[in-house]
Amino acid sequence: MAKAEHELTWKDIEIGAVVTEPGNAAIYKTGDWRSQKPDYDFKRCIKCGVCYIFCPEACIHQNKAGFFEADFYYCKGCGICAYECPTRVITMREETEK
Amino acid sequence: MSKRVGVEVSIALGDAVKMVNPDVIAAYPITPQTHIVEHLAELVAQGELDAEYVPVESEHSAMSACLGSAAAGARTFTATAGQGLELMHEVLYVASGMRLPIVMAVVNRALSAPLSVWGDHSDAMAVRDTGWIQIFTENGQEVVDQTICAFKIAEHHDVLFPVMVHLDGFHLSHVIEPIEMPDEKKVCEYLPANTNPFTLHPSKPIAMGDFAPPVVFTEAKWAQEKAMLGVKKVINEIWDEFAVKFGRTYKPVECYKCEGVKNVLVTMGSYSETAMTAVDNLREKGEDIGLIRIRLWRPFPFEELRAVLKGVENVIVLDRSISPGASGTVASEIKSAMYTEKEKPTVKSYIGGLGGRDITVEGFEDLIKDGISDRNEYNGIEFQMVGVRE
Ligand code: SF4
Ligand code: SF4
Repeated sequence: MAKAEHELTWKDIEIGAVVTEPGNAAIYKTGDWRSQKPDYDFKRCIKCGVCYIFCPEACIHQNKAGFFEADFYYCKGCGICAYECPTRVITMREETEK
Repeated sequence: MSKRVGVEVSIALGDAVKMVNPDVIAAYPITPQTHIVEHLAELVAQGELDAEYVPVESEHSAMSACLGSAAAGARTFTATAGQGLELMHEVLYVASGMRLPIVMAVVNRALSAPLSVWGDHSDAMAVRDTGWIQIFTENGQEVVDQTICAFKIAEHHDVLFPVMVHLDGFHLSHVIEPIEMPDEKKVCEYLPANTNPFTLHPSKPIAMGDFAPPVVFTEAKWAQEKAMLGVKKVINEIWDEFAVKFGRTYKPVECYKCEGVKNVLVTMGSYSETAMTAVDNLREKGEDIGLIRIRLWRPFPFEELRAVLKGVENVIVLDRSISPGASGTVASEIKSAMYTEKEKPTVKSYIGGLGGRDITVEGFEDLIKDGISDRNEYNGIEFQMVGVRE
């Protein structure tokens, strides 16, 4: 992106506010919408990937050890992963003020 | 010169649309717009018009289908009326915000309740803030001409806004009038191909109608408004070009016998023709009265209006819709246009012709006489209801 969003003037807006740069939704940080955060107890994880499938943000990835973790740049803290996990690996904890 | 033929205005409108060779027509039939879309459906079915006719299940879908079609770069037409326009309402903003050059004929109809299929301007006024260009017509010839112009306006690269062509339900849509259909070849020359700079195409992927967080929404709206402010210049050029090619002149604000007068009547739409006869009659009797017709409703022609109202002391406005709890919409727009002027005329708001109620020549004469007298000048009411039984 040529300019950061907060630097765009009206002249930088394309006709009809179309977005000409594909894939720029990746820049948008949805992680700061979060008020709760998934916390993992991987001892119980069976690596089934159910959390990965259900995450509406598609922000869960498999780490080197094979466990499924959220990318906190995008994780909105909805708690669906915690609800769906069959072995209760995930606990939602209050996000602390930064 | 082409011959004038007697034809129902709705049919002539359909034939005008055929001349501009649209790619997609997506419409839902609703009185009093039905004859237009039925005629177009027939033309497509008979192979006389090579267009995609999408018979959608509602007006909301009609406008949504038009979004997609215009976004793909197709020349797109639809038509509606009254409740149908209201059902489209939220999608109308999307069309203008996405700057899609859709053309829509709006056969003006009163809004329920009580249910009325007859004409007034309630529907047009309810969508005045949706970001569309709105053009009013007075007779069948203007309907045909403005339908053709509307495509040229909408698709112009300095415009790229959707356009509504307004015609009064029944009083215009269902009457047979002598109309000179323009020569199809000349229409083709006048109206170049639609070359929207941003369309959905795999070779140049873009995203349309995305969300804008607070940090850019204001900029996006200001960009849209800046473009809208430049629209009138282009419309004037397009109408001037039309005058050269087809011999009929159109202006955002049109005057009839209003040079040097102190009193003017302001009208919009088909009732202007009746008003003209009333003005003729009263002028013969020595009354000081002229007529101003507003053709371009959005963007509102502030400068043009101020120019024609120079020296006018008394403006009598007929609105064919009511803004409940307020007054006539056209009247309040004129008041706001004149507020900044040093010499302000009095603006008297009259509301009439609701739900298809006729205003006859005599009716207009009475209205003008009332407006000229100072009977109602400072009596604290915002508007008067024309012809209501007390
Ligand atoms: S809390 Fe919601 S967004 Fe975050 S990882 Fe779990 S499912 Fe995805
Ligand atoms: S759903 Fe639970 S058990 Fe399955 S991979 Fe995710 S965290 Fe592990």
